[in-house]
Amino acid sequence: MVNIIVLVKQVPDTNAKIVVSGDRVDLSAVKKVMSPYDEFAVEVALQHREATGGEVTALTLGGAGADKVLKDAKAIGVDHIVRIDSDGDHDSNSLQTAIASVLSELGAEVVYCGKSAADTGAGSTGPGLAERMGWASVSNVTAVAFDGGITVVAPSEGGDARISVPIPAVISCDKGNMKVRKPNVKGIMQAKKAKVDVKSVAIQPSSVAIVAHTMPPAKPAGKSYEGGAAAAEVARLLRDEANVI
Amino acid sequence: MTETIVIAEIAKGTIHATTSELVTAAQALGGSPIVIVPCTDASVADAAASIQGASKVIAAKSDVFNHYDAAGWASAIDAIAPAGTILTSATPQSKDLAARIAARRNISVVQDVVAIDGNQLTSPVYSGKAMQTVALDGPAVISVRANVFDAAPSGGSCDVAVVDTTGNMATAVQEFMARASQRLDVAEANIIISGGRGMGSPDNFVHLEAIADTIGAAVGASRAAVDTWEAIPHSMQVGQTGKTVNPNLYIAVGISGAIQHLAGMRSSKYIVAINKDADAPIFQHADYGIVATWEEALPVLQTTLAGMMA
Repeated sequence: MVNIIVLVKQVPDTNAKIVVSGDRVDLSAVKKVMSPYDEFAVEVALQHREATGGEVTALTLGGAGADKVLKDAKAIGVDHIVRIDSDGDHDSNSLQTAIASVLSELGAEVVYCGKSAADTGAGSTGPGLAERMGWASVSNVTAVAFDGGITVVAPSEGGDARISVPIPAVISCDKGNMKVRKPNVKGIMQAKKAKVDVKSVAIQPSSVAIVAHTMPPAKPAGKSYEGGAAAAEVARLLRDEANVI
Repeated sequence: MTETIVIAEIAKGTIHATTSELVTAAQALGGSPIVIVPCTDASVADAAASIQGASKVIAAKSDVFNHYDAAGWASAIDAIAPAGTILTSATPQSKDLAARIAARRNISVVQDVVAIDGNQLTSPVYSGKAMQTVALDGPAVISVRANVFDAAPSGGSCDVAVVDTTGNMATAVQEFMARASQRLDVAEANIIISGGRGMGSPDNFVHLEAIADTIGAAVGASRAAVDTWEAIPHSMQVGQTGKTVNPNLYIAVGISGAIQHLAGMRSSKYIVAINKDADAPIFQHADYGIVATWEEALPVLQTTLAGMMA
Protein backbone atom coordinates (compact mmCIF):
# COMPACT_ATOMS: atom_id res chain seq x y z
CA MET A 1 0.00 0.00 0.00
CA VAL A 2 1.84 3.00 -1.25
CA ASN A 3 0.86 6.48 -0.17
CA ILE A 4 0.99 8.40 -3.43
CA ILE A 5 0.66 12.19 -3.66
CA VAL A 6 0.19 14.07 -6.90
CA LEU A 7 0.79 17.83 -6.94
CA VAL A 8 -1.59 19.81 -9.11
CA LYS A 9 -1.63 23.53 -9.82
CA GLN A 10 -4.28 25.82 -11.18
CA VAL A 11 -2.98 28.03 -13.98
CA PRO A 12 -4.44 30.27 -16.69
CA ASP A 13 -5.63 28.34 -19.74
CA THR A 14 -2.58 28.08 -21.95
CA ASN A 15 -4.58 29.47 -24.89
CA ALA A 16 -5.52 32.58 -22.95
CA LYS A 17 -4.24 36.02 -23.79
CA ILE A 18 -2.25 37.44 -20.89
CA VAL A 19 -2.81 41.10 -20.10
CA VAL A 20 -0.66 43.30 -17.88
CA SER A 21 -2.58 46.02 -16.08
CA GLY A 22 -0.49 48.54 -14.16
CA ASP A 23 2.51 46.46 -13.10
CA ARG A 24 0.78 43.11 -12.58
CA VAL A 25 -0.77 40.52 -14.88
CA ASP A 26 -4.55 40.73 -14.78
CA LEU A 27 -5.93 37.19 -14.73
CA SER A 28 -9.47 38.13 -13.67
CA ALA A 29 -10.98 37.38 -17.08
CA VAL A 30 -8.89 34.30 -17.77
CA LYS A 31 -10.21 30.73 -17.56
CA LYS A 32 -8.22 28.60 -15.10
CA VAL A 33 -7.28 24.99 -15.70
CA MET A 34 -5.05 22.25 -14.30
CA SER A 35 -1.51 22.85 -15.52
CA PRO A 36 -1.09 20.56 -18.57
CA TYR A 37 1.90 18.56 -17.30
CA ASP A 38 0.07 17.90 -14.04
CA GLU A 39 -2.44 15.88 -16.06
CA PHE A 40 0.37 13.47 -16.93
CA ALA A 41 1.38 13.34 -13.27
CA VAL A 42 -2.19 12.40 -12.28
CA GLU A 43 -2.19 9.68 -14.95
CA VAL A 44 1.10 8.21 -13.71
CA ALA A 45 -0.08 8.35 -10.08
CA LEU A 46 -3.20 6.38 -11.01
CA GLN A 47 -1.13 3.85 -12.97
CA HIS A 48 1.09 3.46 -9.90
CA ARG A 49 -1.93 2.75 -7.71
CA GLU A 50 -3.27 0.23 -10.22
CA ALA A 51 0.09 -1.56 -10.38
CA THR A 52 0.88 -1.81 -6.67
CA GLY A 53 -2.22 -0.87 -4.71
CA GLY A 54 -2.30 2.17 -2.48
CA GLU A 55 -4.05 5.48 -2.40
CA VAL A 56 -3.60 8.67 -4.40
CA THR A 57 -4.04 12.11 -2.87
CA ALA A 58 -4.10 15.20 -5.09
CA LEU A 59 -2.56 18.19 -3.31
CA THR A 60 -2.66 21.81 -4.34
CA LEU A 61 -1.84 25.18 -2.79
CA GLY A 62 -4.09 28.14 -3.38
CA GLY A 63 -7.31 29.90 -2.52
CA ALA A 64 -10.79 28.35 -2.57
CA GLY A 65 -10.95 28.83 -6.36
CA ALA A 66 -8.23 26.21 -6.73
CA ASP A 67 -10.63 23.52 -5.47
CA LYS A 68 -11.70 23.22 -9.11
CA VAL A 69 -8.48 21.45 -10.14
CA LEU A 70 -8.79 19.12 -7.14
CA LYS A 71 -12.31 18.20 -8.22
CA ASP A 72 -10.99 17.62 -11.75
CA ALA A 73 -8.38 15.24 -10.33
CA LYS A 74 -11.05 13.52 -8.23
CA ALA A 75 -13.24 13.05 -11.30
CA ILE A 76 -10.35 11.29 -13.04
CA GLY A 77 -9.92 8.93 -10.10
CA VAL A 78 -7.76 10.13 -7.20
CA ASP A 79 -8.89 9.00 -3.74
CA HIS A 80 -8.39 12.15 -1.66
CA ILE A 81 -8.10 15.87 -2.35
CA VAL A 82 -6.21 18.32 -0.14
CA ARG A 83 -5.64 22.06 -0.46
CA ILE A 84 -3.11 24.11 1.45
CA ASP A 85 -5.00 27.34 1.95
CA SER A 86 -3.05 30.31 0.67
CA ASP A 87 -3.60 33.43 -1.33
CA GLY A 88 -0.76 35.51 -2.63
CA ASP A 89 2.72 34.92 -4.02
CA HIS A 90 5.46 32.94 -2.32
CA ASP A 91 9.07 32.38 -3.30
CA SER A 92 10.24 28.80 -3.86
CA ASN A 93 11.71 28.53 -0.37
CA SER A 94 8.50 29.52 1.43
CA LEU A 95 6.30 27.50 -0.89
CA GLN A 96 8.33 24.31 -0.67
CA THR A 97 8.73 24.55 3.10
CA ALA A 98 4.94 24.69 3.44
CA ILE A 99 4.29 21.84 1.00
CA ALA A 100 7.02 19.67 2.54
CA SER A 101 5.41 20.00 5.98
CA VAL A 102 2.10 18.77 4.55
CA LEU A 103 3.80 15.90 2.69
CA SER A 104 5.23 14.75 6.03
CA GLU A 105 1.87 15.12 7.75
CA LEU A 106 0.17 13.07 5.01
CA GLY A 107 2.83 10.36 5.20
CA ALA A 108 3.72 10.69 1.51
CA GLU A 109 5.95 7.97 0.03
CA VAL A 110 5.94 8.84 -3.67
CA VAL A 111 5.18 12.29 -5.08
CA TYR A 112 4.36 12.93 -8.73
CA CYS A 113 4.17 16.39 -10.31
CA GLY A 114 4.27 17.98 -13.75
CA LYS A 115 7.74 18.85 -15.07
CA SER A 116 6.87 22.53 -14.73
CA ALA A 117 3.78 24.66 -14.20
CA ALA A 118 2.44 26.48 -17.22
CA ASP A 119 2.47 29.84 -15.46
CA THR A 120 6.03 30.10 -14.09
CA GLY A 121 7.61 27.39 -16.25
CA ALA A 122 10.18 27.02 -13.47
CA GLY A 123 10.03 23.32 -12.62
CA SER A 124 11.55 23.96 -9.19
CA THR A 125 8.92 22.47 -6.89
CA GLY A 126 9.49 18.76 -7.56
CA PRO A 127 13.27 18.63 -7.11
CA GLY A 128 13.11 21.23 -4.32
CA LEU A 129 10.64 19.14 -2.32
CA ALA A 130 12.74 16.01 -2.85
CA GLU A 131 15.79 17.78 -1.43
CA ARG A 132 13.86 19.02 1.60
CA MET A 133 12.47 15.53 2.24
CA GLY A 134 15.91 13.96 1.68
CA TRP A 135 14.49 11.87 -1.15
CA ALA A 136 15.55 10.79 -4.63
CA SER A 137 14.16 12.72 -7.57
CA VAL A 138 14.07 12.40 -11.33
CA SER A 139 12.68 15.20 -13.48
CA ASN A 140 11.18 15.33 -16.97
CA VAL A 141 10.37 11.61 -17.11
CA THR A 142 8.66 10.40 -20.28
CA ALA A 143 7.77 6.83 -19.21
CA VAL A 144 7.26 5.04 -15.90
CA ALA A 145 7.11 1.30 -15.15
CA PHE A 146 6.24 -0.42 -11.87
CA ASP A 147 8.13 -3.70 -11.67
CA GLY A 148 8.63 -4.15 -7.96
CA GLY A 149 10.20 -0.70 -7.74
CA ILE A 150 9.83 2.31 -9.98
CA THR A 151 11.73 2.51 -13.26
CA VAL A 152 11.58 5.71 -15.28
CA VAL A 153 12.87 6.95 -18.61
CA ALA A 154 14.29 10.48 -18.60
CA PRO A 155 16.37 12.47 -21.08
CA SER A 156 20.11 12.06 -20.81
CA GLU A 157 22.87 13.57 -22.92
CA GLY A 158 22.60 12.13 -26.41
CA GLY A 159 19.45 10.13 -25.72
CA ASP A 160 17.52 8.72 -22.81
CA ALA A 161 18.38 6.84 -19.65
CA ARG A 162 16.39 4.12 -17.94
CA ILE A 163 16.71 4.82 -14.23
CA SER A 164 15.77 2.85 -11.09
CA VAL A 165 14.22 5.12 -8.52
CA PRO A 166 14.11 4.09 -4.86
CA ILE A 167 11.07 4.95 -2.75
CA PRO A 168 10.57 7.57 -1.31
CA ALA A 169 10.98 9.83 -4.32
CA VAL A 170 9.63 12.77 -6.28
CA ILE A 171 9.10 12.21 -10.00
CA SER A 172 8.26 15.07 -12.37
CA CYS A 173 6.44 14.10 -15.54
CA ASP A 174 6.77 15.17 -19.15
CA LYS A 175 4.29 14.20 -21.84
CA GLY A 176 6.22 11.41 -23.55
CA ASN A 177 3.78 9.01 -25.17
CA MET A 178 1.40 9.18 -22.22
CA LYS A 179 -2.29 9.24 -22.90
CA VAL A 180 -4.33 10.69 -20.08
CA ARG A 181 -7.69 9.17 -19.14
CA LYS A 182 -10.84 11.26 -19.21
CA PRO A 183 -13.33 11.46 -16.34
CA ASN A 184 -16.47 9.32 -16.63
CA VAL A 185 -19.95 10.27 -15.43
CA LYS A 186 -19.55 8.36 -12.16
CA GLY A 187 -16.27 10.13 -11.48
CA ILE A 188 -17.77 13.53 -12.15
CA MET A 189 -20.69 12.78 -9.80
CA GLN A 190 -18.30 11.63 -7.07
CA ALA A 191 -16.14 14.71 -7.55
CA LYS A 192 -19.15 16.97 -7.07
CA LYS A 193 -19.83 15.44 -3.66
CA ALA A 194 -16.19 15.12 -2.61
CA LYS A 195 -14.99 17.30 0.24
CA VAL A 196 -11.71 19.14 -0.01
CA ASP A 197 -9.50 18.69 3.06
CA VAL A 198 -8.30 22.26 3.64
CA LYS A 199 -5.06 22.67 5.58
CA SER A 200 -3.90 25.88 7.17
CA VAL A 201 -0.13 26.13 7.24
CA ALA A 202 1.89 29.10 8.43
CA ILE A 203 3.88 30.16 5.36
CA GLN A 204 7.16 31.94 6.08
CA PRO A 205 7.83 35.33 4.47
CA SER A 206 9.50 35.38 1.05
CA SER A 207 12.97 36.75 0.32
CA VAL A 208 12.25 36.97 -3.40
CA ALA A 209 9.48 39.46 -4.11
CA ILE A 210 7.72 40.24 -7.38
CA VAL A 211 8.52 43.79 -8.44
CA ALA A 212 6.57 44.00 -11.69
CA HIS A 213 5.06 42.17 -14.60
CA THR A 214 5.58 43.62 -18.04
CA MET A 215 4.67 42.65 -21.57
CA PRO A 216 7.57 41.10 -23.50
CA PRO A 217 9.47 43.70 -25.51
CA ALA A 218 7.95 44.05 -28.96
CA LYS A 219 10.16 42.63 -31.62
CA PRO A 220 11.14 45.13 -34.30
CA ALA A 221 9.51 44.30 -37.61
CA GLY A 222 11.58 41.83 -39.54
CA LYS A 223 12.43 41.74 -43.23
CA SER A 224 9.89 40.04 -45.43
CA TYR A 225 10.25 38.50 -48.84
CA GLU A 226 7.98 36.98 -51.47
CA GLY A 227 8.88 33.78 -53.27
CA GLY A 228 11.24 30.91 -52.59
CA ALA A 229 14.18 32.48 -54.44
CA ALA A 230 14.54 34.92 -51.53
CA ALA A 231 15.85 32.03 -49.42
CA ALA A 232 19.27 32.65 -50.98
CA GLU A 233 19.28 36.26 -49.78
CA VAL A 234 18.06 35.21 -46.32
CA ALA A 235 20.83 32.61 -46.05
CA ARG A 236 23.41 35.30 -46.85
CA LEU A 237 21.91 37.66 -44.27
CA LEU A 238 22.00 34.92 -41.65
CA ARG A 239 25.72 34.70 -42.26
CA ASP A 240 26.66 38.34 -42.88
CA GLU A 241 24.08 40.33 -40.86
CA ALA A 242 22.96 38.02 -38.06
CA ASN A 243 26.26 36.08 -37.88
CA VAL A 244 24.49 32.90 -36.85
CA ILE A 245 25.66 30.61 -39.66
CA MET B 1 29.70 41.04 0.11
CA THR B 2 28.89 37.40 -0.41
CA GLU B 3 30.41 35.37 -3.19
CA THR B 4 28.87 34.72 -6.57
CA ILE B 5 29.42 31.20 -7.80
CA VAL B 6 29.01 29.90 -11.34
CA ILE B 7 28.38 26.19 -11.86
CA ALA B 8 29.99 25.40 -15.22
CA GLU B 9 27.74 23.76 -17.81
CA ILE B 10 29.30 20.52 -19.02
CA ALA B 11 28.41 18.99 -22.40
CA LYS B 12 30.12 16.01 -23.99
CA GLY B 13 32.76 16.04 -21.25
CA THR B 14 33.91 19.61 -21.86
CA ILE B 15 32.94 23.04 -20.61
CA HIS B 16 30.07 24.39 -22.68
CA ALA B 17 30.32 27.90 -24.13
CA THR B 18 27.34 29.09 -22.07
CA THR B 19 29.61 29.00 -19.01
CA SER B 20 31.23 32.22 -20.26
CA GLU B 21 27.76 33.80 -20.48
CA LEU B 22 27.15 32.77 -16.86
CA VAL B 23 30.33 34.62 -15.84
CA THR B 24 28.97 37.79 -17.49
CA ALA B 25 25.64 37.33 -15.71
CA ALA B 26 27.45 36.82 -12.40
CA GLN B 27 29.40 40.04 -12.94
CA ALA B 28 26.09 41.84 -13.47
CA LEU B 29 25.19 40.79 -9.92
CA GLY B 30 28.50 42.22 -8.71
CA GLY B 31 31.99 40.90 -8.21
CA SER B 32 34.11 38.25 -9.84
CA PRO B 33 32.59 34.80 -9.65
CA ILE B 34 34.16 31.54 -8.56
CA VAL B 35 33.59 28.95 -11.29
CA ILE B 36 32.90 25.43 -10.03
CA VAL B 37 33.41 22.71 -12.61
CA PRO B 38 31.71 19.39 -11.76
CA CYS B 39 34.00 16.72 -13.20
CA THR B 40 35.42 13.23 -12.88
CA ASP B 41 38.72 14.32 -14.45
CA ALA B 42 40.07 17.66 -13.16
CA SER B 43 41.76 18.52 -16.46
CA VAL B 44 38.31 19.40 -17.81
CA ALA B 45 38.36 22.49 -15.57
CA ASP B 46 41.48 24.00 -17.13
CA ALA B 47 39.45 25.53 -19.96
CA ALA B 48 37.50 27.63 -17.43
CA ALA B 49 40.68 29.32 -16.19
CA SER B 50 40.88 31.46 -19.31
CA ILE B 51 37.41 32.99 -18.90
CA GLN B 52 38.02 36.67 -18.15
CA GLY B 53 36.23 37.79 -15.00
CA ALA B 54 36.45 34.51 -13.14
CA SER B 55 38.29 34.98 -9.84
CA LYS B 56 39.04 31.32 -9.29
CA VAL B 57 38.18 27.93 -10.74
CA ILE B 58 37.37 24.98 -8.53
CA ALA B 59 37.54 21.60 -10.22
CA ALA B 60 34.98 19.68 -8.17
CA LYS B 61 36.20 16.14 -8.69
CA SER B 62 33.94 13.20 -7.87
CA ASP B 63 32.71 9.95 -9.36
CA VAL B 64 29.24 11.31 -8.62
CA PHE B 65 29.59 13.51 -11.72
CA ASN B 66 29.91 10.50 -13.99
CA HIS B 67 26.23 10.80 -14.84
CA TYR B 68 23.44 12.98 -13.56
CA ASP B 69 21.68 12.24 -10.31
CA ALA B 70 19.96 15.26 -8.78
CA ALA B 71 20.55 14.30 -5.14
CA GLY B 72 24.16 13.28 -5.73
CA TRP B 73 25.11 16.38 -7.69
CA ALA B 74 23.38 18.80 -5.33
CA SER B 75 25.05 17.32 -2.26
CA ALA B 76 28.49 17.14 -3.89
CA ILE B 77 28.35 20.76 -5.10
CA ASP B 78 26.82 22.07 -1.88
CA ALA B 79 29.67 20.48 0.07
CA ILE B 80 32.32 22.64 -1.61
CA ALA B 81 30.51 25.80 -2.77
CA PRO B 82 30.90 28.78 -0.43
CA ALA B 83 27.85 30.69 0.78
CA GLY B 84 26.52 33.16 -1.77
CA THR B 85 24.46 33.41 -4.92
CA ILE B 86 24.86 30.51 -7.33
CA LEU B 87 24.30 30.70 -11.09
CA THR B 88 23.60 27.77 -13.37
CA SER B 89 22.61 27.40 -16.99
CA ALA B 90 18.85 27.03 -17.67
CA THR B 91 19.02 23.65 -19.39
CA PRO B 92 16.44 21.19 -18.01
CA GLN B 93 19.13 19.34 -16.07
CA SER B 94 20.73 22.47 -14.63
CA LYS B 95 17.36 23.93 -13.63
CA ASP B 96 16.70 20.72 -11.75
CA LEU B 97 20.09 20.99 -10.06
CA ALA B 98 19.50 24.68 -9.24
CA ALA B 99 16.22 23.84 -7.52
CA ARG B 100 17.83 21.10 -5.43
CA ILE B 101 20.82 23.18 -4.37
CA ALA B 102 18.53 26.06 -3.37
CA ALA B 103 16.31 23.75 -1.32
CA ARG B 104 19.36 22.20 0.32
CA ARG B 105 20.47 25.65 1.47
CA ASN B 106 16.98 26.84 2.39
CA ILE B 107 17.22 29.68 -0.08
CA SER B 108 15.08 30.46 -3.11
CA VAL B 109 15.62 29.67 -6.75
CA VAL B 110 14.80 31.96 -9.68
CA GLN B 111 14.71 30.14 -13.02
CA ASP B 112 15.19 31.20 -16.66
CA VAL B 113 16.65 34.64 -15.96
CA VAL B 114 17.07 36.80 -19.08
CA ALA B 115 17.99 40.15 -17.50
CA ILE B 116 19.81 41.29 -14.36
CA ASP B 117 19.69 44.83 -12.99
CA GLY B 118 21.27 45.14 -9.56
CA ASN B 119 19.32 42.75 -7.33
CA GLN B 120 16.42 42.59 -9.80
CA LEU B 121 16.03 39.58 -12.07
CA THR B 122 13.67 39.21 -15.02
CA SER B 123 12.33 35.91 -16.38
CA PRO B 124 9.62 35.02 -18.89
CA VAL B 125 6.35 33.77 -17.36
CA TYR B 126 3.14 32.42 -18.90
CA SER B 127 5.25 30.81 -21.62
CA GLY B 128 6.82 34.11 -22.56
CA LYS B 129 3.51 35.96 -22.85
CA ALA B 130 4.69 38.23 -20.00
CA MET B 131 7.90 39.02 -18.15
CA GLN B 132 8.28 38.92 -14.38
CA THR B 133 10.84 40.98 -12.49
CA VAL B 134 11.68 39.96 -8.93
CA ALA B 135 13.94 41.51 -6.30
CA LEU B 136 16.35 39.36 -4.30
CA ASP B 137 16.85 39.93 -0.61
CA GLY B 138 19.76 37.66 0.22
CA PRO B 139 21.50 34.81 -1.56
CA ALA B 140 19.63 32.71 -4.14
CA VAL B 141 20.23 30.17 -6.87
CA ILE B 142 19.64 31.54 -10.36
CA SER B 143 19.40 29.72 -13.67
CA VAL B 144 20.24 31.85 -16.70
CA ARG B 145 18.95 31.34 -20.25
CA ALA B 146 21.51 30.75 -22.96
CA ASN B 147 22.17 33.25 -25.79
CA VAL B 148 21.03 36.22 -23.71
CA PHE B 149 24.16 37.48 -21.97
CA ASP B 150 27.34 38.13 -23.95
CA ALA B 151 30.03 35.54 -23.38
CA ALA B 152 32.88 36.77 -21.19
CA PRO B 153 36.00 36.89 -23.38
CA SER B 154 38.75 34.34 -23.02
CA GLY B 155 42.39 35.24 -22.44
CA GLY B 156 42.30 35.40 -18.67
CA SER B 157 44.25 33.11 -16.40
CA CYS B 158 43.12 32.37 -12.88
CA ASP B 159 44.08 29.58 -10.51
CA VAL B 160 42.47 26.17 -10.72
CA ALA B 161 42.05 24.39 -7.40
CA VAL B 162 41.21 20.70 -7.52
CA VAL B 163 38.87 19.72 -4.69
CA ASP B 164 37.67 16.18 -4.14
CA THR B 165 34.04 16.00 -3.17
CA THR B 166 31.45 13.34 -2.67
CA GLY B 167 27.70 13.13 -2.74
CA ASN B 168 24.88 10.71 -2.05
CA MET B 169 23.59 9.19 -5.26
CA ALA B 170 19.90 8.37 -4.91
CA THR B 171 19.07 6.75 -8.24
CA ALA B 172 20.78 4.14 -10.43
CA VAL B 173 20.98 4.20 -14.21
CA GLN B 174 20.12 0.80 -15.68
CA GLU B 175 20.97 1.66 -19.26
CA PHE B 176 21.58 4.53 -21.61
CA MET B 177 19.60 4.50 -24.81
CA ALA B 178 21.31 6.51 -27.51
CA ARG B 179 19.11 8.49 -29.83
CA ALA B 180 18.45 6.63 -33.05
CA SER B 181 19.54 9.66 -35.04
CA GLN B 182 23.01 11.16 -34.78
CA ARG B 183 21.41 14.57 -35.06
CA LEU B 184 21.30 16.91 -32.07
CA ASP B 185 18.23 17.11 -29.88
CA VAL B 186 16.33 20.41 -30.10
CA ALA B 187 17.08 21.01 -26.41
CA GLU B 188 20.83 20.89 -27.08
CA ALA B 189 21.09 22.66 -30.43
CA ASN B 190 22.12 26.21 -31.26
CA ILE B 191 20.31 26.09 -34.60
CA ILE B 192 16.91 24.44 -35.05
CA ILE B 193 14.88 23.90 -38.20
CA SER B 194 11.29 22.89 -37.48
CA GLY B 195 8.46 21.69 -39.65
CA GLY B 196 4.73 22.01 -39.17
CA ARG B 197 1.68 20.51 -40.78
CA GLY B 198 2.40 22.71 -43.77
CA MET B 199 5.10 20.16 -44.67
CA GLY B 200 2.23 18.06 -45.99
CA SER B 201 3.65 14.70 -44.99
CA PRO B 202 6.20 13.38 -42.48
CA ASP B 203 8.18 12.06 -45.46
CA ASN B 204 8.93 15.65 -46.45
CA PHE B 205 10.89 16.18 -43.23
CA VAL B 206 13.88 14.71 -45.11
CA HIS B 207 14.24 18.15 -46.70
CA LEU B 208 14.54 19.72 -43.24
CA GLU B 209 16.99 17.00 -42.22
CA ALA B 210 19.17 17.72 -45.23
CA ILE B 211 19.45 21.38 -44.25
CA ALA B 212 19.98 20.42 -40.60
CA ASP B 213 22.89 18.21 -41.57
CA THR B 214 24.37 20.97 -43.72
CA ILE B 215 24.51 23.54 -40.92
CA GLY B 216 24.67 21.31 -37.82
CA ALA B 217 21.11 21.96 -36.72
CA ALA B 218 18.51 19.93 -34.88
CA VAL B 219 15.15 19.14 -36.45
CA GLY B 220 12.04 20.12 -34.51
CA ALA B 221 8.32 20.02 -35.12
CA SER B 222 5.14 21.80 -34.15
CA ARG B 223 2.54 20.16 -31.97
CA ALA B 224 0.21 19.93 -34.96
CA ALA B 225 2.81 17.90 -36.83
CA VAL B 226 3.48 15.62 -33.83
CA ASP B 227 -0.22 15.08 -33.20
CA THR B 228 -1.02 14.45 -36.86
CA TRP B 229 1.83 12.14 -37.84
CA GLU B 230 2.94 9.18 -35.77
CA ALA B 231 6.33 9.23 -37.53
CA ILE B 232 7.15 12.57 -35.86
CA PRO B 233 7.96 11.77 -32.19
CA HIS B 234 7.07 13.97 -29.24
CA SER B 235 10.77 14.38 -28.49
CA MET B 236 10.91 16.71 -31.52
CA GLN B 237 8.04 18.90 -30.33
CA VAL B 238 8.86 22.55 -29.67
CA GLY B 239 6.38 24.58 -27.65
CA GLN B 240 4.05 24.22 -24.75
CA THR B 241 3.82 20.53 -23.79
CA GLY B 242 6.99 20.14 -25.82
CA LYS B 243 10.42 21.67 -25.36
CA THR B 244 11.21 25.31 -24.72
CA VAL B 245 14.19 26.27 -26.84
CA ASN B 246 16.39 29.33 -27.00
CA PRO B 247 18.71 28.83 -29.97
CA ASN B 248 20.68 31.40 -31.90
CA LEU B 249 18.66 30.60 -34.99
CA TYR B 250 15.20 29.06 -35.35
CA ILE B 251 13.86 28.29 -38.82
CA ALA B 252 10.10 27.58 -38.88
CA VAL B 253 8.86 25.91 -42.05
CA GLY B 254 5.16 25.39 -42.70
CA ILE B 255 4.38 26.44 -39.14
CA SER B 256 1.56 28.95 -38.70
CA GLY B 257 2.71 30.12 -35.28
CA ALA B 258 0.03 28.93 -32.85
CA ILE B 259 0.38 30.44 -29.41
CA GLN B 260 1.59 27.09 -28.01
CA HIS B 261 4.40 26.96 -30.53
CA LEU B 262 5.44 30.56 -30.00
CA ALA B 263 5.61 29.81 -26.28
CA GLY B 264 8.44 27.39 -26.90
CA MET B 265 10.60 29.36 -29.33
CA ARG B 266 9.80 33.07 -29.27
CA SER B 267 12.94 33.93 -27.33
CA SER B 268 15.20 32.50 -30.04
CA LYS B 269 17.79 35.08 -31.06
CA TYR B 270 16.94 35.01 -34.78
CA ILE B 271 13.77 33.57 -36.29
CA VAL B 272 13.26 32.71 -39.95
CA ALA B 273 9.73 31.83 -41.10
CA ILE B 274 8.85 30.12 -44.35
CA ASN B 275 5.11 29.86 -44.94
CA LYS B 276 2.86 30.13 -47.97
CA ASP B 277 0.25 32.06 -45.97
CA ALA B 278 1.34 35.71 -45.72
CA ASP B 279 -1.06 36.20 -42.79
CA ALA B 280 0.41 33.41 -40.65
CA PRO B 281 1.10 34.77 -37.13
CA ILE B 282 4.64 33.35 -37.21
CA PHE B 283 5.65 36.23 -39.51
CA GLN B 284 5.03 38.75 -36.72
CA HIS B 285 7.85 37.12 -34.79
CA ALA B 286 10.23 36.51 -37.67
CA ASP B 287 13.40 38.48 -38.30
CA TYR B 288 13.34 37.12 -41.84
CA GLY B 289 10.02 36.06 -43.33
CA ILE B 290 9.66 34.32 -46.67
CA VAL B 291 6.17 33.97 -48.12
CA ALA B 292 6.58 30.86 -50.23
CA THR B 293 5.84 27.16 -50.22
CA TRP B 294 8.51 24.97 -48.69
CA GLU B 295 8.84 23.26 -52.06
CA GLU B 296 10.01 26.57 -53.54
CA ALA B 297 12.12 27.83 -50.67
CA LEU B 298 13.89 24.81 -49.17
CA PRO B 299 15.88 23.73 -52.25
CA VAL B 300 17.21 27.31 -52.62
CA LEU B 301 18.04 27.49 -48.91
CA GLN B 302 19.75 24.11 -49.03
CA THR B 303 21.85 24.98 -52.08
CA THR B 304 22.89 28.38 -50.74
CA LEU B 305 23.79 27.08 -47.29
CA ALA B 306 25.72 24.16 -48.77
CA GLY B 307 27.66 26.64 -50.89
CA MET B 308 28.46 28.76 -47.84
CA MET B 309 29.61 25.75 -45.83
CA ALA B 310 31.81 24.36 -48.59
